[in-house]
Amino acid sequence: MTSGQPLSSANRNSMSSLADEIVAKRGQKRILLMTHQILGYPDFETNYEMIRLFAECGVDLVELQLPFSEPIADGPVFLKANQEALNRGTTVEQCLDFARRVTEEFPLSFIFMTYYNILYQYGVERFVETARSIGIRGLIVPDAYPEESPEYLTACKKHGVEPILLATPYTPEERLQYLSNETGGLLYCVARKGVTGAKTEFDQATTDFLSRCRRHAATPIGVGFGIQHSEDVEYLAGKSDVAIIGSQLLKLLEAEGLAGVRKFLLELKAVTEGR
Amino acid sequence: MSTNGYYGNYGGTYIPEILYPAFQELNREFEKIKNDSAFWSEYCDILANFSGRPTPLTYADRLTEHFGRAKIYIKREDLNHSGAHKLNNALGQGLLAKRMNKTRVIAETGAGQHGVATAIVAAKLGLKATIYMGREDVERQYANVFWMKRFGAEVVPVEYGTRTLKDAINEALRDWVSSFETTHYLLGTASGAHPFPAIVAFFQSIIGIEAKEQILRLEGRLPKSVYACVGGGSNALGVFQAFLPDTEVELVGVEAGGKGPDSGKHAARIAYGTGKAGVAQGYKTLFLQDEDGQMRDTYSIAAGLDYTGVSPILADLSEQGRVRFEAATDDEVTQALELVMRKEGMIPALESTHAFAGAFKDMGGTSKSDIILINMSGRGDKDIFNIAEGLKDDEWTAFIERKQKQYEQSR
Repeated sequence: MTSGQPLSSANRNSMSSLADEIVAKRGQKRILLMTHQILGYPDFETNYEMIRLFAECGVDLVELQLPFSEPIADGPVFLKANQEALNRGTTVEQCLDFARRVTEEFPLSFIFMTYYNILYQYGVERFVETARSIGIRGLIVPDAYPEESPEYLTACKKHGVEPILLATPYTPEERLQYLSNETGGLLYCVARKGVTGAKTEFDQATTDFLSRCRRHAATPIGVGFGIQHSEDVEYLAGKSDVAIIGSQLLKLLEAEGLAGVRKFLLELKAVTEGR
Repeated sequence: MSTNGYYGNYGGTYIPEILYPAFQELNREFEKIKNDSAFWSEYCDILANFSGRPTPLTYADRLTEHFGRAKIYIKREDLNHSGAHKLNNALGQGLLAKRMNKTRVIAETGAGQHGVATAIVAAKLGLKATIYMGREDVERQYANVFWMKRFGAEVVPVEYGTRTLKDAINEALRDWVSSFETTHYLLGTASGAHPFPAIVAFFQSIIGIEAKEQILRLEGRLPKSVYACVGGGSNALGVFQAFLPDTEVELVGVEAGGKGPDSGKHAARIAYGTGKAGVAQGYKTLFLQDEDGQMRDTYSIAAGLDYTGVSPILADLSEQGRVRFEAATDDEVTQALELVMRKEGMIPALESTHAFAGAFKDMGGTSKSDIILINMSGRGDKDIFNIAEGLKDDEWTAFIERKQKQYEQSR
């Protein structure tokens, strides 16, 4: 399967602009790439260089993670990065300023990822409104459990920022429908249990899970957690609209520098283009 | 105490999606046992025959004489097997884990008392156990680490964050998101995502049920005030709950004042008025945090009180004005400890000594016709190194030096 129709077949009347954009891009690529940066780690200059590489290497969406002191969903690699970013004095204001700069300069779709307390202290609605004014397209807040966070979901709806919700292989059918209804932009399919950073074996169980997600989702779907090789992305092409690569990029940056990241991204780009 | 996991403005379930099935199961099973008198009987039976409950309520005659004011009674949770109230909850949740067919338990621990209690229960019930403990606390409470390992538990030092209790909780959660199918997270304090505050409060309620019955039997009336130290809040809720309907009984929670309100080195979230509502570690409560919402580094001489959050149930009871919050500084605690040891022949844990220090500060406002009750949540043997250091005991230091030489020579 090369480029083609979006994978989810549900009706698209209520579809958001971010979803529209993903669908449109999927017309030209087998799978889209979403990458990730923890802001302030190792420093904002490196974040900027990484984002410049993302733009150069055909990345479509970028998650900008605002560091938090209690990142319960993150594994050792991101945990350390959160902590070091904070030790270096990274503030929410600095992250917002940085986001303002990169959204203006690069033709990428930017998404904020963080934990609920960052929004809560900033003011949930004020945060969403600010994100929108910067040009942020969506938010991923793993501990904003949807039943507990009507304020967050309402603010997102009101200000046109997509609340991207997560589904897992352990999500029962009924709840998967609920999450599919509430999510915006895309449904983030967590490929396995556990925290970020560990390797995922992509196999028939993944395929079954993703087809379950596609059946429910009115939006495109993205797969994250444990994508480490271009073969993983190859496996996911045709099964997911977006492949989400996080910890692996940071590991590569630390081991091989920007050149190593560039090489890896170009490998992924070749997969997305079916070369 | 709560139908939807909220206590006023606090509580809730702010968890990553992956834990949905684990919380569904836990809620379902907890609802079942909560109203099952057979379960409660089994629980009380094991506590009686394994842990030595009911624990006594001791009249502290020499302390009473010392102050010349209210009669002082001490609830002796130090006499539980494991040396602290933590065993009550560990045993209850251990039984719950067995009902859910889990083969392994994980736990966080600060002072190590909950870790030891969990390790004991795991040994007794035939479960595997992994205990997460901040690196700083491992150093502060190595005696408890030694015991946990001897009971067969794996002890994992947590090297991230501030390396204290909050980081141990995060690390236990990270384990649980991978292991929930076989593993129960045996949370030790009345905090965290719903239903944990309710579960821990439920199992610890036995402290107050006993204490109320005992004081009525001994004195025929209720105390003027009940004191308990507050870290996460489990022993305080344990002793307070039975007295909640008796509005004439004042309930006092004593937090860790560390080096005082202006030092920035404390863990008094409520008493010093510096905790702000926030969401972290799965629940909403008052946290010590900065303007961005990053958790602050807390401090206390007592590792078990050195925590940035507080039970959502207590945050609400404080807001309602039902529980008064005070703080005791390290210095006040050290002085109170010396007094209790010399007058009553008891060694309260540094955590529990905060309750004594808080009560002693209030003695001036009581009269001979009053009764006060102090919950002694645990014993202080574990603190021998910290206490010796705090009391600047030169003979102890000399002994440690001799011991070290002896080890070096035998190497």
